[in-house]
Amino acid sequence: MAEELMSGAEIILKALKDQGVEVVFGYPGGAVLPIYDAIFQQNDIRHILVRHEQGAVHAAEGYARSTGKVGCVLVTSGPGATNAVTGLTDALLDSVPLVCLSGQVPTHLIGNDAFQEADTTGITRSCTKHNYLVKDVKDLARTLHEAFYVARSGRPGPVLLDIPKDVQFNSGPYVAPQQVTHKSYKPQVEPDPARVEEAVELLAGARRPIFYVGGGVVNSGVEATKLLTQLVRMTGFPCTTTLMGLGAFPASDKQFLGMLGMHGTYEANLAMHGCDVMVAVGARFDDRVTGRIADFAPGSKKIHIDIDPSSINKNVRVDIPVVGDAARVLEEMLRLWKGRAKRPDSAALKDWWAQINTWRKRDCLRYTKSERIIKPQYALERLRDAIRGMDHYITTEVGQHQMWAAQFLPFDEPCRWLTSGGLGTMGYGLPASIGVQIAHPQSLVVGISGDSSVMMNIQELATAVQYGAPIKVFILNNGYMGMVRQWQELLHGSRYSQSHFDGMQPDFVKLAEAFGAAGFRATKVSELDEVIRKMIETPGPVIADIVVDPTENCFPMIPGGKAHNDMLLGPADKPESATPEDGMVLV
Amino acid sequence: MPNDLINKIEKHTIAVLVDNEPGVLARVIGLFSGRGYNIESLTVSEIDKANNLSRITVVTSGTPMIIEQIKAQLGRLVPVHRVHDLTDEGPSVERELALVKVVGTGEKRIESMRIAEIFKARVVDATLTSFIFELTGTAVELSDFIGLMSQLGLVEVSCTGVVAMSRGAGGF
Repeated sequence: MAEELMSGAEIILKALKDQGVEVVFGYPGGAVLPIYDAIFQQNDIRHILVRHEQGAVHAAEGYARSTGKVGCVLVTSGPGATNAVTGLTDALLDSVPLVCLSGQVPTHLIGNDAFQEADTTGITRSCTKHNYLVKDVKDLARTLHEAFYVARSGRPGPVLLDIPKDVQFNSGPYVAPQQVTHKSYKPQVEPDPARVEEAVELLAGARRPIFYVGGGVVNSGVEATKLLTQLVRMTGFPCTTTLMGLGAFPASDKQFLGMLGMHGTYEANLAMHGCDVMVAVGARFDDRVTGRIADFAPGSKKIHIDIDPSSINKNVRVDIPVVGDAARVLEEMLRLWKGRAKRPDSAALKDWWAQINTWRKRDCLRYTKSERIIKPQYALERLRDAIRGMDHYITTEVGQHQMWAAQFLPFDEPCRWLTSGGLGTMGYGLPASIGVQIAHPQSLVVGISGDSSVMMNIQELATAVQYGAPIKVFILNNGYMGMVRQWQELLHGSRYSQSHFDGMQPDFVKLAEAFGAAGFRATKVSELDEVIRKMIETPGPVIADIVVDPTENCFPMIPGGKAHNDMLLGPADKPESATPEDGMVLV
Repeated sequence: MPNDLINKIEKHTIAVLVDNEPGVLARVIGLFSGRGYNIESLTVSEIDKANNLSRITVVTSGTPMIIEQIKAQLGRLVPVHRVHDLTDEGPSVERELALVKVVGTGEKRIESMRIAEIFKARVVDATLTSFIFELTGTAVELSDFIGLMSQLGLVEVSCTGVVAMSRGAGGF
């Protein structure tokens, strides 16, 4: 029987369907018209039309991270692809599985400086996990399946396929996903049993242990977070998470010390500094976490569990590296732990907890409450109380509001917290909220935002309105780029260079209305609860403009170049004495 | 590990087996430039047509931690099959090939010929006023030869960069 031939565009749609894609976020253009024509003629895959390609990628990230599936993006050639670059880089740094399809000029025009031509595979080579230029329709189906495999396997990441327009028109054969195996990319999932044994042995001898948990555990899947929680509870050890790891271990658990790092809690950072055994799981010793490397957890033995061998010994030399999938490693560790008689010295562990509890008593997230003006921390506390018990997801943009959200909102489950960690992309949150809401239409999705960040992809509010995605944008409006202002105050002599908008940010209530959404504003403490209530109860997308104290700073803070035990705890701490000149060069 | 060992700069020769596909060399080079690693020499050629494989030999330098990173980063590139550190994995043979053009007459021309014989260089092109020598050897041998020729009318050098292979019966 002759092989059945399909057009490239039909092959794409069939491959997406076979890969389980339900939603594609995209924006049409000349070089992807055949694919859009194929989309028009089918009903299996839903297309969400964004307003800017960056929004499409962030929305797909929100979709991917809240579901554990691969997010899918479709953009045109040239500007369509270059607009996607920020989103792809964001997904690479935060290990979000995406497949981005970009149109390309026809193969005979490649390299010709044709209309809307860009060297997309060249431009995206360093901001994707892998990319492909598909020059022959015969390779299309196989390459698509490979792309999904690479995106979701090992340490997940974005994969781009650049598909010339003639390849979309040409006819070729289809192959099913089961017929495709990758010849070189086979990440190590199963850990080396000897290493796991060593790790468990080290744990059993610990006197001042700590679990340091990152986003890799969330990426590994819900099973990994359950196994981690089991292991932490069974050992009785304290646990801190990174920004990306929030939700991997329940925030309400008494063994949870909060987030660590630059704006982490006092107890988490001091416990890291003073520990004798550290178990890093799916975390990468990022500079926001370690502070000054030379003074990072001195005198500790370190176990590092990661699926990416290049994460091991990159920034910090570790004693026991365990390469493998977090779920598999944790499962093995649990099994060995259960079957072993040796247990840590309980008196030492008790002393360690006593020490941690004295650190906790510093109440490092304490802030000065005010009747006169809404404190951003207070706004988040009121929001937290209002949404408690509801099925909700939180996204953020980047800056002070992001750190306060990480500090003040508790996450007991994984995949409920979506933020741009590695790249720190302002403009991530609003489109990410849309992606989450599309995946979870019945859930409450609140995008914590700042007045600066929200402007970076505000056009996506139209997308939310178009699809009836009832996202709630909760703006902590201080009229500044708050984190820039904070650094300028603390490290640059209060010279607020270009971090203020001179009151020229838009009226966010009117702006919401102009987009067809609802807008509410709270300027007084007495108005806050009512605005939160209306935000939650009003159907459809809402902007809540919360006018907060413009001078509030985010504490605790470890200034650049300082160690974990060198934190600023509040406005009374003098940064001059805390920040060396060489620390200022660090961002 | 003591500090002077941690910070010691080492030179390593790394062999990488990759799919011979468009962009694979750009990926490897981009990795080095993007992460600030050094490339002292790099050679690449197809070695297995049937399986569409190429072998890249890269000579790089860095602290032990950087070298380890380089290997791990190379290993996670999708089209990379295998990464071998020939410097770490026992004795290996390293060779480079150079083409060296020398222009001159009289005593200098005769002297360049004598030296070429000592180094076992072959003459691959000759005119009444010039030679092109072909020399295969280690980087040090090539450098010594070129150094001597620079006093005898050297006008042009083209080098392949290092290719290398581990000694003994074991395969890649």
